[in-house]
Amino acid sequence: MAKYLLLKHYRGAPAPVNDVPMDQWTPEEISAHVQYMNDFAARLEKTGEFVDGQALAPEGTFVRYDGEGRPPVTDGPFAETKDLIAGWMVIDVDSYERALELAGELSAAPGAGGKPIHEWLELRPFLTEPPTITE
Amino acid sequence: MDEALLRSLTPSVLGILVRRGADFAAAEDAVQDALIEALRVWPADPPRDPKSWLVTAAWRKFLDTTRADAARRRREDLVDEEPAPGPAPTVDDTLQLYFLCAHPSLTPSSAVALTLRAVGGLTTRQIAQAYLVPEATMAQRISRAKRTISGVRFDQPGDVATVLRVLYLVFNEGYSGDVDLAAEAIRLTRQLAAAIDHPEVAGLLALMLLHHARRATRTAPDGSLVPLAEQDRGRWDTNSIAEGVEILQAALTRDRLGEFQAQAAIAALHADAPTVEETDWVQIVEWYDELARLTDSPVVRLNRAVAVGEADGPRAGLAALAALDDALPRHTAVAAYLHERDGDLATAARLYAEAARRAPNLAERDHLTRQAARLNARRGR
Repeated sequence: MAKYLLLKHYRGAPAPVNDVPMDQWTPEEISAHVQYMNDFAARLEKTGEFVDGQALAPEGTFVRYDGEGRPPVTDGPFAETKDLIAGWMVIDVDSYERALELAGELSAAPGAGGKPIHEWLELRPFLTEPPTITE
Repeated sequence: MDEALLRSLTPSVLGILVRRGADFAAAEDAVQDALIEALRVWPADPPRDPKSWLVTAAWRKFLDTTRADAARRRREDLVDEEPAPGPAPTVDDTLQLYFLCAHPSLTPSSAVALTLRAVGGLTTRQIAQAYLVPEATMAQRISRAKRTISGVRFDQPGDVATVLRVLYLVFNEGYSGDVDLAAEAIRLTRQLAAAIDHPEVAGLLALMLLHHARRATRTAPDGSLVPLAEQDRGRWDTNSIAEGVEILQAALTRDRLGEFQAQAAIAALHADAPTVEETDWVQIVEWYDELARLTDSPVVRLNRAVAVGEADGPRAGLAALAALDDALPRHTAVAAYLHERDGDLATAARLYAEAARRAPNLAERDHLTRQAARLNARRGR
């Protein structure tokens, strides 16, 4: 088994084929999209491949250490940041091919006009624990 | 097996162990072990007297642990001192447990976890699932909480307000899992109301019952939010409403108003309206004024602006809103709603979309996006 992260971006991914902002869809199209996402996660739970799924608020803050006894420095949010993560799903699957297949399905979620968004998702393998048998 | 009965016995069993001389942390662990044992054994072999069974099992677990800790002399003292089993006054113990688990030295998340375990009798695993954290994390949170309060005497009087805040959190910020946290919060508040005569305890219980009555109608089958105005009032739980209203009315006659009674009064006025058009918004605004006086909370004033918009028209609502900080959570969503009521659909649609970006949870984000979409579609792009 191998774990993969499916990353969804607010910004930074190439433009999808069906590129219409959500508030320009019809309410029914939004409902259909949400339903598709829920069904997808539910199906992966049934197959034993779902690990986690979370969504993130679009605005965050950069923070760094500023030396002993000083409060951390904060900065941002930066409007010009190229890459902005919207959320993720973690899956645990048998092969890279299966991970690709699932990412493709998730990307087919319906959007404006009820047509697939063809959204670009980033697929990232987890670094694993070292195996017990190494030789 | 009646798991609710089992869990309702938790505080009195724990109280008995503490009064027999066990320290709180060890007694709490022992009761938890006994509860898990009961869940395993009772279905096939139900006890004649569940409470005695639990006391005996928990006391044995406690002695086993004490023995394992090599505190032999202390154990023997305790065995010698063991009182004859029999009925014991339990109400005061229950109340003391609430105070202890909501002690002001605990952080809110610790107080919530400890209350659910030591008073509610939930297992660490159930609490962890309910708050979407790993079980090991929740176990640590609970044992740290017990260390924090280890110096607090069990019979020290506490502050009811801290207990109410914890119960409110359980009701309002519970997630999902096997355990229905809203129902659990109601059960614990009911149990507290039986142990202490206090109008704000009654107020909180009424508030919970009145909101719980609407729960089935708050989400559509697809999980999307249904706003109050669009809820199917025929499906509101009339028993729960009647009970909430009765408890609230009795509390209000005591003439010791507090924030939970005021919030419950607002919920009661909504519950009372057969249709949204028949809602008594003027009285609701008055209750918000009362609530603002009691709490000085900006969130209350935001909700008041919505009520003013209904009572005196959207322009009045927008004027009330203009006096508030626009960084307040849901400020943009309220502005969008009031602009829509005022007929300015373009502004409302833009604000709904902006509010969606600022939404604190997915359900609200989807709801607000849908509102923007609805108006954009109606404006016929």
